[in-house]
Amino acid sequence: MLDQMQTPAAQPLLQAIGITKLYGTFVANDHIDLDLHPAQIHALLGENGAGKSTFVKIAYGLIQPNAGELRWLGRKTVLAGPAQARALGIGMVFQHFSLFENLTVAENIALGLPPDESFAKVSAGIAEISRRYGLPLEPRRDVWRLSVGERQRIEIVRALMQSPRLLILDEPTSVLTPQEADQLFVVLESLKAEGRAILYISHKLDEVKRLCDTATILRGGKKVATCDPRRETAASLARMMVGTEIGEVKSGAAGQGAAVRLVVRDLSLVPDDPHGIRLDRIRLDVRGGEILGIAGVAGNGQDELFAALSGERLADSDGDIVIDGHAAGRLSITKRRRLGAAFVPEERLGHATAPRMTLSDNALLTGHAVGMTHDGFIDRTAALNVVDRATKTFDIRKAKRDPEAVSLSGGNLQKFVVGREILREPGVLVVSQPTWGVDAGAAAVIRQALIDLAARGAAVLVISQDLDELLEITDRIAVVFTGRLSPAIDSKAADREHLGLLMGGSTAQAQELGHAVGA
Amino acid sequence: MRLVLEPRAERSVAAAIASPLIAVGLTLLVMSVLFALLGKNPLNALAVYFLHPLTDSYSLQETAVKATPLVMIAIGLSLCYLANVWNIGAEGQFVIGAIAGSYIAVKTQGTDAGAWVLPAMLLLGAVAGALYALLPAIGKVRFGASEILTSLMLVYVADLLLDYLVRGPWRDPHGYNFPTTAEFDPVATVPTLIEGSRLHIGALIALLVVAIAWTVLGRTIKGFEIRVVGAAPKAARFAGFNSDHLVLLTFAVSGALAGLAGIIEVAGPVGHLQPGFSPGYGFTAIIVAFLGRLNPIGILIAGLFLALTFIGGEQAQISLKVPLDLTKVFQGILLFFVLACDSLILYRIRILTSRRAADGVA
Repeated sequence: MLDQMQTPAAQPLLQAIGITKLYGTFVANDHIDLDLHPAQIHALLGENGAGKSTFVKIAYGLIQPNAGELRWLGRKTVLAGPAQARALGIGMVFQHFSLFENLTVAENIALGLPPDESFAKVSAGIAEISRRYGLPLEPRRDVWRLSVGERQRIEIVRALMQSPRLLILDEPTSVLTPQEADQLFVVLESLKAEGRAILYISHKLDEVKRLCDTATILRGGKKVATCDPRRETAASLARMMVGTEIGEVKSGAAGQGAAVRLVVRDLSLVPDDPHGIRLDRIRLDVRGGEILGIAGVAGNGQDELFAALSGERLADSDGDIVIDGHAAGRLSITKRRRLGAAFVPEERLGHATAPRMTLSDNALLTGHAVGMTHDGFIDRTAALNVVDRATKTFDIRKAKRDPEAVSLSGGNLQKFVVGREILREPGVLVVSQPTWGVDAGAAAVIRQALIDLAARGAAVLVISQDLDELLEITDRIAVVFTGRLSPAIDSKAADREHLGLLMGGSTAQAQELGHAVGA
Repeated sequence: MRLVLEPRAERSVAAAIASPLIAVGLTLLVMSVLFALLGKNPLNALAVYFLHPLTDSYSLQETAVKATPLVMIAIGLSLCYLANVWNIGAEGQFVIGAIAGSYIAVKTQGTDAGAWVLPAMLLLGAVAGALYALLPAIGKVRFGASEILTSLMLVYVADLLLDYLVRGPWRDPHGYNFPTTAEFDPVATVPTLIEGSRLHIGALIALLVVAIAWTVLGRTIKGFEIRVVGAAPKAARFAGFNSDHLVLLTFAVSGALAGLAGIIEVAGPVGHLQPGFSPGYGFTAIIVAFLGRLNPIGILIAGLFLALTFIGGEQAQISLKVPLDLTKVFQGILLFFVLACDSLILYRIRILTSRRAADGVA
């Protein structure tokens, strides 16, 4: 099967020439050239919004470029859709999985294949591929029981079922623990050894340096360079990605001895959603002046914990959550805000903001709890004032004074939703994924703002999947796994491997390692 | 050449104003074709429909009389629709309001009851409308029943109750067996604004309702709450707004306004309770609400416009010999175009020639 894949090394498998894609007046891809060769892992590096996703969608036939062409084995090709891309031998693993939770692994994989394949053949194929590449999968398990890493395996197996000559992976490690990522790299290496080409999209420099033979760097829709990442330093890659040096975040002093401002005591909660995560006796304290990080792979109870802390979901008893000395477990989100708490949810559009409403309306969304109204009438000036102050303090770029939330870029909107809360000088701030999908510049501004807020005496709780972010800004880190929270450890003494084991649920192993490190 | 709908970065204010106007224009175009098919001169027919009623004072007053219930009901409906819940049963709440208010009129008939009668009727009408609207709202909040279906079905319950009452217990004993109550006493009648005209103080109440709605929606936190719950439910929960309470509130308010409009209609222009006293105001008000872009001022204008179609339809029936149902056809086409044109607010239409599409920016 793989004999046919032998092509002269000079002949690229897929060649992109001058690919250009416009959305209105916005240039998402600006004359991008890229050659993908067999038996190579090619990284596509860039910040969020650099045009990586647009490019891979074009390469997979999901969208059509406005200009430029694709050549498959030297021949000009127009990809009318993903089906045609698959027929040529292009497979793709998306960042966001498209799986049916209530179906089994085998059923999900069969759905992506031609309808004439018999189910027995599909099951045999899955077994064969799992064995060959070391991707353990139980075909008959229901998807909703599987971890994120296992779900990704389904996507990879599904792509491999058609024996693609080019496999595209979009930010595959963003949802994995360090250990799961290592396993994935082994699989990718063996795919490469078979002569397949891999296009690997990422913004994690260490990974790219470790895994990839070639890297193409995109910035603002344009190709900046193609280089050998192993010959570059992480710093030089970052410069190409971002264009400028990123300011270091200065850490503040941890508030030792300060009062505990947020307490959670044995919080257990059964989810409303049958596929949700049950919170199991969560305990934590955050002192004034301190940032506590909660690490964990997505879907381990972070959403449920945020909802319980914010009051979008009430706890079973009043004493489960204490905000600045007040039992708040049964208080509404508005009453918790009046106690001086503030919340920033993960989802910017739709949860933290009403997308089609103006920024001043969105300032009112959380501000109505603490002012901005007189006898039920809205104080427009106060709401606009928050927009102006946030704009100035956090350098929010926007087309006019009070635009709709949806018109802001991800980074600018995130600065607004974080800024809106920080300007109120909350005593307790709970923030989920503060820099998810945000460009490096905005991320640095937001992280600095969180550190400064804590330095002024607030208790800050950061829920994040980004371990690097947590190690950078927090004082202590706890790990959430299937609704349970590990005891918090000092961030300075924290060790990535130890945290990784906790994130994967290997508490016993993590303890051993902890003892070994401690010894 | 291709037509492409492109998302706009922001909602377009110009398109928000133009969209209902374009919808009216397209509707008139389709109506012209219909008139031509019926063998009438389209221009002449449109003039009979929309211009002649504006030329004499009787028709103008009649337009205001018919706009009164439409505007009151549509304001209530707009609150529901802004909150993204669908009260389709305003016609039923309108009828129930009329029945409940009429109860006092029928019971005090021929007695020397004083000036309290009319205010009591209006109050009872509004309360009954609110309670009737709460049935589908509670069904939705408590059991997850579709308020669209339940509110619509309750329209027929109200209609049949009305039929039973005027054919049975409330029938006018001197009414030659016609299914109607006796004419209401003067104390049970809504006073007119101009002597000898049918224009009544209900029109002023409708204007007051418009003003209050405008203030509540634009200036108060409650109005903000309604808009957020409709536009982004998850953000509303994050803001601390309770969407269940709001479903109950908006249904109750819209039911109260429909019920109030119902009793005003019966105690005003009609003067007694009879089946078919409503030419479908509760349904037409849905069109009014959308044509007015769920905005109180827009609803006032849209209400007057649709009232015009009722008057024009009657005149066209007389002078052009076209069926009265043509008015309903007109209203249906109008709703269709209003909803279609709304996409212009969030999207712009671009015509791509195949050449440009291929060349891109190059």
